[in-house]
Amino acid sequence: MKNKILTMKEAVEQYVKDGDTIVIEGFTHLICFAAGHEIIRQKKKNLVACRLTPDLIYDQMIAAGCVRKVVFSWAGNPGIGPLYGLRRAVENGYPREVEIEEYTHFGMVARFIAGASKIPFMHLKTFSGSSLLQKNRNIKTIKCPYTGEVLTAVPALNPEVAVIHVQRVDSWGNAQIWGLMGVQREAAFASQRVIIVAEELVEKEVIRSDPNRTLIPGMIVDAVVVEPFGAHPSYAQGYYDRDNQFYVDWYQISKNQESMERYISDWIYSVSDRKEYQEKLGLEYIEKLKAKEQLSAPVNYGF
Amino acid sequence: MESYTASELMVARASRELKDGEVVFVGIGLPNLACNLARRLHAPDLVLIYESGAVGAVPSRLPLSIGDPCLVTDSISVCSMVEVFNYYLQGGLIDVGFLGGAQVDRFGNINSTVIGDYENPKVRLPGSGGACEISIHAKKIIIILKQNKKTFPKKIDFVTSPGFINEQNQRNKYNMPGRGPDLVITDFGVYRFSSEKYTMFLSEIHPGVSVEEVKANTSWHIDISPNLISTNSPTKEELEIISELDPERIHLR
Repeated sequence: MKNKILTMKEAVEQYVKDGDTIVIEGFTHLICFAAGHEIIRQKKKNLVACRLTPDLIYDQMIAAGCVRKVVFSWAGNPGIGPLYGLRRAVENGYPREVEIEEYTHFGMVARFIAGASKIPFMHLKTFSGSSLLQKNRNIKTIKCPYTGEVLTAVPALNPEVAVIHVQRVDSWGNAQIWGLMGVQREAAFASQRVIIVAEELVEKEVIRSDPNRTLIPGMIVDAVVVEPFGAHPSYAQGYYDRDNQFYVDWYQISKNQESMERYISDWIYSVSDRKEYQEKLGLEYIEKLKAKEQLSAPVNYGF
Repeated sequence: MESYTASELMVARASRELKDGEVVFVGIGLPNLACNLARRLHAPDLVLIYESGAVGAVPSRLPLSIGDPCLVTDSISVCSMVEVFNYYLQGGLIDVGFLGGAQVDRFGNINSTVIGDYENPKVRLPGSGGACEISIHAKKIIIILKQNKKTFPKKIDFVTSPGFINEQNQRNKYNMPGRGPDLVITDFGVYRFSSEKYTMFLSEIHPGVSVEEVKANTSWHIDISPNLISTNSPTKEELEIISELDPERIHLR
């Protein structure tokens, strides 16, 4: 089987193009900041950035001028405040104008289901009675051909590229996740190209020992990047905790345009890769976030 | 007499609304505190579902975000967001949904999207997240927010999450499975909805608050229940657990 292992630099060079519609998914959990930072370093342009929650990662990519449009359903720094990078772009056109296309979580989930299923749209029961139905022309109503009930519909979302961070992967790209799974499986199946970024590279026997845990099969994966601590300040269940303090600090860092640009300069442009980022944070800092051990009961796959 | 803050009273009042065995869709902040308070007191079998996919969560610390790892550890099930929204929420399994927002009108419609014009907003807020579908599908909605003339305006700038929509109650027209807003809990009192006009009326008033203050902090003419009662103060036990749940008072400020 083909070995798909690349460095992050190579993977972004080869698989992320200017103007791409991109999804770096992960709901709070497993958000691949390592990929976001490399995209910024390579000065990718005009991306259509899709995510349920743009989070700090798109805030940084927007502030660095990589993004022309954001497709989302909840834009904030969870439990803290707004995303100031996004707000400056939308309200003042700084550093460039950014268009927004807005759904609800269920709406975004349904768009990825349609995309992954290769059908043109997905029907669902939400949006009725809300102003989103008027403001976003992509949201339509549709009559059920069986019952006559009026439902709403959203179009398939099929990004050019998906970046999915996982706990472990084999060299062919068979990727396993545990803990929160968000909408990563659908985002991967919906996308033309898939980059898997993993905390750990394992032998294929490890994957085969627990096939129920494989969220994304290698057959749809183009590149495998092994990048420990690649989700920080997001987290990887069983590896390291969410750096909540960083999310709190981001409020002050991002509120002011200069201090946000200083962060991007110091922590993204001035480091060449994730290894240097880790060295800059320091062992002690990383050690504090290390996950405690809580193993599941083993299961018997025999017959 | 115990001293307490308005937030603590809101949390305690909300928690008393939750019954043992119910399935509740939990939001971050005060709703999270209310649900975990109820679970620790009168509703040990309350099933907490977070939109991130944690089902039957038993958080051992205060989750700052709705996707905190503590929601996964020791939960009953972790499912994808496809399942959360399709099978649990649209599937009709949610008894109670909590919603907050920047504005709520007298019909219980909520705005958490923009202040001002959508295209040129004065303030851009986070948007729906799962709020819109929660308002449509959860059997019952509890709204929790701080009250003033701005958060209780005559007309909200954007309907993110529909309540009764207008005096005709449009929920049936749209085939909405949920019954709509049941209760609004603010720092002034507790409101319920008239079954004829589908508008809010004050049903409980918090200790130390006057009806004049309630009126002064509402932009429309607020109806007052003829059977208006005083909200019970939080008990010592409730206050102790609340401060255990949020020791740094992150959500209680």
